[in-house]
Amino acid sequence: MVSKKKTVLVLFLLLLLLLLSCVCSICVGAVMFHPLQLFTESAGSAAGRILRYSRLPRTCCSVLAGASLAVAGAVIQNVLANPLAAPNIIGVNSGAGFMAAVCCALFPFGGGWIPVFAFAGALMSVLIILGISEGCGASRMTLVLAGVAISSLFSGATDAVVTFVPDALSGYTDFRIGGFRGVTMARLQPAAVLIGIGLVLVFLLVHEMDLLALGTETAQSLGLRVRPVRLLLLFAAAMLAGAAVSFSGILGFVGLLVPHMVRKLTGNSALPLLLGCALGGAALVTICDTAARSLFSPFEIPVGIVLSLLGAPFFLWLLLGNKRRTRA
Amino acid sequence: MIICKHVTAGYGKQPVLQDITLSFRPGEVMAVIGPNGCGKSTLLRTALGLLKPMSGEVCYDEVPIDRLSVREIARKAAFLTQSRDTPNIPVEKLVLHGRFPWLGFPRQYGKRDREIAKAAMESTNCLGLAEKMLPELSGGQRQEVYLAMTIAQTTKTLFMDEPTTYLDICNQLQLLQSARKAADEGKAVVMVLHDIPQALLFADRIALLQNGRLVLCDVPEKVAASGKIEEVFSVRLTSIETPEGVRYLCGL
Repeated sequence: MVSKKKTVLVLFLLLLLLLLSCVCSICVGAVMFHPLQLFTESAGSAAGRILRYSRLPRTCCSVLAGASLAVAGAVIQNVLANPLAAPNIIGVNSGAGFMAAVCCALFPFGGGWIPVFAFAGALMSVLIILGISEGCGASRMTLVLAGVAISSLFSGATDAVVTFVPDALSGYTDFRIGGFRGVTMARLQPAAVLIGIGLVLVFLLVHEMDLLALGTETAQSLGLRVRPVRLLLLFAAAMLAGAAVSFSGILGFVGLLVPHMVRKLTGNSALPLLLGCALGGAALVTICDTAARSLFSPFEIPVGIVLSLLGAPFFLWLLLGNKRRTRA
Repeated sequence: MIICKHVTAGYGKQPVLQDITLSFRPGEVMAVIGPNGCGKSTLLRTALGLLKPMSGEVCYDEVPIDRLSVREIARKAAFLTQSRDTPNIPVEKLVLHGRFPWLGFPRQYGKRDREIAKAAMESTNCLGLAEKMLPELSGGQRQEVYLAMTIAQTTKTLFMDEPTTYLDICNQLQLLQSARKAADEGKAVVMVLHDIPQALLFADRIALLQNGRLVLCDVPEKVAASGKIEEVFSVRLTSIETPEGVRYLCGL
């Protein structure tokens, strides 16, 4: 029984976790700060510059990337009625990454266009998947397999672009695994706008998502125009995932891991699920990013590595723990 | 009232239903029977606008269905599907979803919607389950809860695709009783049934399908007496006089 009280409590705890992780992210690193220094340090001092131009953008970055990828994951799982679907698994992230690489190769100085290109790439993958799902009436398993194929197609294409135009992506490793090194507020802004629009769109459609979760025929017999709603939701998910990929690289796993974790706590109702995903995803990525740049400080490793190292075992534990309990 | 006029429908180019003319009358339980693959589900899906007919038309109160929006159709006909997903949501919320086609602009379920949902749960005897989560329920309870959702939709017609499949006998009878109650309140209830004796006992009218064609549509006594059931299903149908009235038995 997931009561309203419990749901509210879960969301509140997630919010608390997010705030805590943000504070950690700003204060912890190669140099330690007191939280209030963010407001007291003058812009000219060394500490003020580190806080303003290094720590704060990174915190914003991890919050935005985590929230948008986790929400995109929950939306895609709902629309495709498939718990295995996630932006990185069905090729949305790699589609976005491919177009981001193309953008960098074509317009070396057009950094502002990267989010738009990445969104187009994400949309491309999503539409291919939707086409396969609706046109061929493919089963859930086929859909995921097709997604894996598309994913590898686009990562191959990205590798090809990088091979021909080696300058296209500086810090390619970071991009492929997902990392926030050297992110600036200026680079973040266009993506943040896309993420904002995507989130608003998704949260306006929570009711529709609830109906979609009942199955296509039931949803339609309840008066839902299933096709346009599905398209709109996937469009929003592509926006979210594409924008996140444009500044964080192909950060996998958040989109699969977080919705599963949150669903266990809040159930399938779309509003608490999406809120939980946004808070939990943001908190998780922020924590992992803080760990990534403090554990081996002054060296830092891409956040994607930490996310996989921490996230994968945890996910397995969650999965198998559940199996054991149902068997017992 | 929903009327199918010379409807031919199917998937791809192959018609599954051929030239069906049938009306679903208010206050009446109609049982659609026929062998596997004869087009029973296709008939329901076409009548609900989930499938476009290849020729002929479906009319809702004299209005052709293609002039109605999905929402308008949902205000006139509800559908208890055969296969569904079971999301992890509270029962109360599921039943409230039945109010979706009636939602006004702020798109929040109001007090009236909650009252209707509550009454629907009462009428299908599942008010006690309101707080439970859907996956916690047994198959029979789940069916009752989904039925409550379709009743909360307050439509004049209710379609049910094999509502008794996978239910134990007591749950089957309770579900049929709920369907009867809905018909007594003025709804047209249309259900696909596999149990012929049950259909003959409970329905007001029987529509017998074979290979996509309507063989016969009449009151149970006449359908039983026509000999068509034996022909279509290749079984022997026996009627027995009991103190409670005529009962039917099927055998090979």
